[in-house]
Amino acid sequence: MTKSYASRTLEVVREDLVMFINACLSCTGQREFYDDYNGQKVSLDFLHDYILGNYRLLYCRTLATGINHFNKIQIILKLLATGQKTIPEYRREENSLITATLHSLPPHRAWSLMLQIRKQHINNSRARAIVKYYITSRSSKRLEFEAVKYRSKLQAIATHNHLKLEKELNSFLFRHWEKSFQTELFEQFRQGHYSAKAIYKLPFTIAEGLAEKHNIPRQVFLTQIEKQMTVHEKLRMQNSAEKAGVAIEIEANHLSLTKLALYILSLCLDTRQKRRDELHQAMQESADSVLKRSALQFGRVAAVLDRSYSSSGSSEKRRRPLGIALAIHYLLRAAAKEYQAFWTVPISEPLLVTPYGQSNLATPLLSALAWQPELVLIVSDGWENDPPAATSELLRVYRRKIDTKGQTSIIHCNPVFNADDFNLKQLSSLIPTVGLREAEDLPIVVAFARFADGSATLPELENYLAICTNQMLKDNILSLQKS
Amino acid sequence: MTKKLPLIETISLQGLEIAPSQVWGGVRIVPLLRQQPRNDLRIFKRDYDSNVTVVSTNDQTNYLSYVPHGLVLNWSDDNSPVVAMGGQLLTDGKQFACGPIKVQLLHRMAKREDKNTLRLLPLHLAMEGFLSMFFKGPTIAWKEYSKQALSSGLSPRVEWSIGGGAINHLENALRVFEIHQNQVGVLLFVSEILASAFIVPTPEDYRALHTSLLEDFYGETFYYYGLYGKAEHLQVTIDEDSIHTFTDLNKALRKMRSDWSTFQGFMANDLLNRSIHSERVYTAGPFSLQRFITDLSLTKNSNYIGEAIVDQSNHLQYLKIYGLSNAQTKRVYLLQQLAANNWDLEYTAREQGDTLEELVRRLVNAGFRYLLNNQLLEKYKIKL
Repeated sequence: MTKSYASRTLEVVREDLVMFINACLSCTGQREFYDDYNGQKVSLDFLHDYILGNYRLLYCRTLATGINHFNKIQIILKLLATGQKTIPEYRREENSLITATLHSLPPHRAWSLMLQIRKQHINNSRARAIVKYYITSRSSKRLEFEAVKYRSKLQAIATHNHLKLEKELNSFLFRHWEKSFQTELFEQFRQGHYSAKAIYKLPFTIAEGLAEKHNIPRQVFLTQIEKQMTVHEKLRMQNSAEKAGVAIEIEANHLSLTKLALYILSLCLDTRQKRRDELHQAMQESADSVLKRSALQFGRVAAVLDRSYSSSGSSEKRRRPLGIALAIHYLLRAAAKEYQAFWTVPISEPLLVTPYGQSNLATPLLSALAWQPELVLIVSDGWENDPPAATSELLRVYRRKIDTKGQTSIIHCNPVFNADDFNLKQLSSLIPTVGLREAEDLPIVVAFARFADGSATLPELENYLAICTNQMLKDNILSLQKS
Repeated sequence: MTKKLPLIETISLQGLEIAPSQVWGGVRIVPLLRQQPRNDLRIFKRDYDSNVTVVSTNDQTNYLSYVPHGLVLNWSDDNSPVVAMGGQLLTDGKQFACGPIKVQLLHRMAKREDKNTLRLLPLHLAMEGFLSMFFKGPTIAWKEYSKQALSSGLSPRVEWSIGGGAINHLENALRVFEIHQNQVGVLLFVSEILASAFIVPTPEDYRALHTSLLEDFYGETFYYYGLYGKAEHLQVTIDEDSIHTFTDLNKALRKMRSDWSTFQGFMANDLLNRSIHSERVYTAGPFSLQRFITDLSLTKNSNYIGEAIVDQSNHLQYLKIYGLSNAQTKRVYLLQQLAANNWDLEYTAREQGDTLEELVRRLVNAGFRYLLNNQLLEKYKIKL
């Protein structure tokens, strides 16, 4: 009796953790097709507090598993706010995990995280030290650039943490401006206020504001600022540039696959048809560059891709589920020896896909299984309605009668967090369901899948987390040494 | 001149396929698919932005209601496809302001606007028929009736209902509903009771009219069903003993779908296979527009009025129904019984197995106090 009680306890811990990591892989507290913003936010926040309160060490180690940026930021904030409860022997590890994660975040997210620390009134020596370390470890060139780009944030952070900044940086941030600055970028920023010509060496977002001040025509501005834009800014400005009559080229191989897919889905069908070859090539290049970074290799793979109306997402996550499905399609095409896609409503040209029709997952899944692949990947939000719960029934019978040895592995990737039960909506309890926010995270998700269906035990999961943590800390030391 | 089509005797979903339902809160929406839609009849929506609409029907009667939209029918006589002209082309009736209220004047519930074009006011057409059919008032001046009842009958004939927005979850259920590829209609259940059925000729028309279900009006009972009722998440299982190959699995999936279809057809039994009384409204080339009411039953879950368009092969091309609330059914039932017995109270009471007092009390409870004179009410000590 006691043994079964103890094993049940371990089981509960494992379920809690899987639930939490899944949520952290998919949810960003934004509105979804079926859920409102408030539900998502409250639900996720509760989950964070629950895991933090009960399993602090594992909560902290989740940082190393490749969860999305939003949740990394939430975890860091919650850890910093409850520093007193840190387990003494793991204090070092926690600190270095937070530092490593903060350094691995894209700069805009890192800066906004440090600003959040101020907004949430977190003020302790550890938080201050971590922020101070982040700022001092940045090379002076980079810090200058970011001081211009994220001026107000850096200013607020410096105030909150009582940082003693370098003299010129200090006078730049707090507007004790001299006649001229020694630092080139600061000087350009100063000049940009008075001369329209000086703005083109500034970061795009800063220059945009100053261009407005100087009444520079949009067309002129966009043509000249193009070389200052980041890849994502170029992508974001496509429509705006087209309106102004400027063509801004996107470098597809530098773009994230999901972002590119979402951009393609935002175009109207005629444009997609016209630019089909170009967009197709861009997607391929982007998928190839993902593969270069991660060793992802498959044999014979089938994908069941959900393009039902609910994949249109919400006003905050426009067409995200469909974008992920499209990106996964290109990624698997590049990564697998043999590959076939099965859409819920069949389509001849994947680039022309639109959110349309009902969620008929059972028919494409059956066709996929009949093709006898090694791996079937289902990308769906889990809301099945034609007929409801048919996949669960089909898979049960399939495992019992046809594939009795489990030769075909099936993974359900769910891009949508279901706020009501703090979990991803499952299609069947027989297959693992894992969260997926970016198609590029596929390697992480595939590695994590074996914990999601309950076949692995808690010690194995803990071990996995420990390995991830060690790997991350090691990588961090290496990258610091390099820089 | 084409021959007029016969009146509809029962509502059947011939030519339509019932697909598995989608549930949200207490609302269950069952899609209806048509594999071969005909393209010689199209229905478009026309929006009215007035607060009150006055429709002059025949013999100097006016129908007054809030009408958010009308439907415009276009058809062709020679089976050639109808060009989609949209519903907003013609100006319809007059509009004027009465203080802060915009009033729209329209002529007739179903009005021919052009050759092969008809404008109709959905559900109001059925409601007007319903009011004119039953709310006629005494035909013989029995002494039990009040002066008002004898001079002006039940006029004004008033019924009230609620808008779709008042039904809990309906708005979200319609928003998250995933429209099927060949879908031309829905059966709408609130708390597993059929609240509405809506069918149009083509899938394109349905996509455009899907949200109009929210603007429609519903019996007040469905407000309570929406508040307190719920819809179950149903599941069909596969008998695994008969499965050996993928072909068997495919067959099992097909059977699953047909099980769903049969079961949901059974759920809609309150409407389907029920004898109806219908009335021809307009003959539009090869199509016939009719309005109907189901036989009144106090034991069934709900009773319906509605309007339908059928073609020569008796397939429904258009259908819209309104589920009467329980109070409405009771009222109509009483009026129907009275009318059947020439409005003789005592005779009707005997027919019903009631005493006169019981019948009077039922009438008063149903809201017909104003029909009876004070002496009768005083006799049974009913508060004036």
